[in-house]
Amino acid sequence: MRVIKDLYYTNDHEWVRVEGDEAYIGIADYAQDQLGDIVYVELPEVGDEFSKEDAFAAVESVKAAADIYMPLDGTVVAVNEELLDDPALLNEDPYENWIAKIEIADKSQLDELMTGEEYEKFLDEEV
Amino acid sequence: MVVKKTPLYDEHVKLGGKIVEYAGWFLPVQYEGLIPEHEAVRNAAGLFDVSHMGEIFVKGKDALAYLQYLLTNDIASIENNQIIYTFMCYPDGGVVDDFLVYKYDDEEYLLVVNAANTEKDFKWMIDNKKDFNIIIENQSDQIGEVALQGPKSEEILQKLTDTDLSKIKPFYFDRNVNILGVECLVSRTGYTGEDGFEVYAPKDDIVKVWNGILEAGKEYGIKPCGLGCRDTLRFEAAMPLYGNEISEDITPLEGGLKFFVKFEKEEDFIGKEALKKQWDEGLTRKLVGFELLGRGIPREGYDVYKDGKKIGHVTTGYMSPTLKKSIGNALIDVKEAELGNEVDIMIRNKPVKAKIISRKFLKNK
Repeated sequence: MRVIKDLYYTNDHEWVRVEGDEAYIGIADYAQDQLGDIVYVELPEVGDEFSKEDAFAAVESVKAAADIYMPLDGTVVAVNEELLDDPALLNEDPYENWIAKIEIADKSQLDELMTGEEYEKFLDEEV
Repeated sequence: MVVKKTPLYDEHVKLGGKIVEYAGWFLPVQYEGLIPEHEAVRNAAGLFDVSHMGEIFVKGKDALAYLQYLLTNDIASIENNQIIYTFMCYPDGGVVDDFLVYKYDDEEYLLVVNAANTEKDFKWMIDNKKDFNIIIENQSDQIGEVALQGPKSEEILQKLTDTDLSKIKPFYFDRNVNILGVECLVSRTGYTGEDGFEVYAPKDDIVKVWNGILEAGKEYGIKPCGLGCRDTLRFEAAMPLYGNEISEDITPLEGGLKFFVKFEKEEDFIGKEALKKQWDEGLTRKLVGFELLGRGIPREGYDVYKDGKKIGHVTTGYMSPTLKKSIGNALIDVKEAELGNEVDIMIRNKPVKAKIISRKFLKNK
């Protein structure tokens, strides 16, 4: 599975890319591979506030639906609407195709996430 | 429970199948992907391992009389080498199982039953044997089975046998088809809504048949197919799945399958009284098809509402790979079952509008 080193990751296979006080959130390669062909994405709305571990989006293959969880407390400032018309983008490149961008409420929560290296180890050992 | 492997397990692994546990068996849910496999069956051909299915034989002088008593359809209506779809019901009209019955002759029948129900069916059959002069044999462990499905099926299989396959009509079979030196039973049946064959062989020979068909089908674009598209294909073709559209708690009448319940046949059958009563009094709930009007995918188990009141549940739902639409089956209050009626499907606690349509989704294309 492909892992990008300079992102943060969760146990549920979400990734976080921090830019200043904001963060892009998406699903890791492992998650898209497990789901198979993604045919539907449900996005949050701009302005929605979430706490860490809230389900904020859903990604579905023909066979299964998976909730996507917030890695951090925050407020949605943008959603990737391209995914609505072409959900398969998440299969093609799950790191390029983010799901939502949030304003981070508490940057110290980043310390609770895995680094790319830690996530690679997690994939090797626990999955 | 020990999870079993079919004789084709090693082939699935070699082909990169994603193995899951299903009905007590390790089987591939997909190889390349559910959608390309689904499309291969609709447009060319696909090959499924269905060796997990159960094969139960009923033999003896009273075989026909026993099956007439045990099953809802009229088994006397078929001739030798013909096949009939039927239910086996409980006295209350709930379904023990649904399956195909293959008639060898008046004194020998083969029942091909759902894998998860094989043991239950066998026991039910023994428990209801009464004084019928028959023997019941579960030969599931000795028989392998593959299903070749799709418009190119006949051309592909014909390359491997001297038997003229065009002579095997839908819902008929031939017990003596030589495929690559293996003596097979071949029936023109399937669970996809496409033309195709189901091929039965001794379990040790099924690998040869499987690989031979895949090789012969290469030029036609055949794909090995997993359980994932088996379900989307049968669903689009309005074929029921035991446990979803019919079950111990959902009668064939509620499932919209009265055609396979023959009240008019001479013999009494288990469940007749209860089913007749249900029919005469009128159904209170009924299986319908629906198309989602809003965004989302309906899934098995989601609730169906009308004007804020729960009226039923989704039995199967998908983003249909053929129609590219979110469609489903739902078992709902008969008063809301009219075509064109609008209802709400609860998706992650949010109501999404849907319209009742015919369950024959492929014909709506």
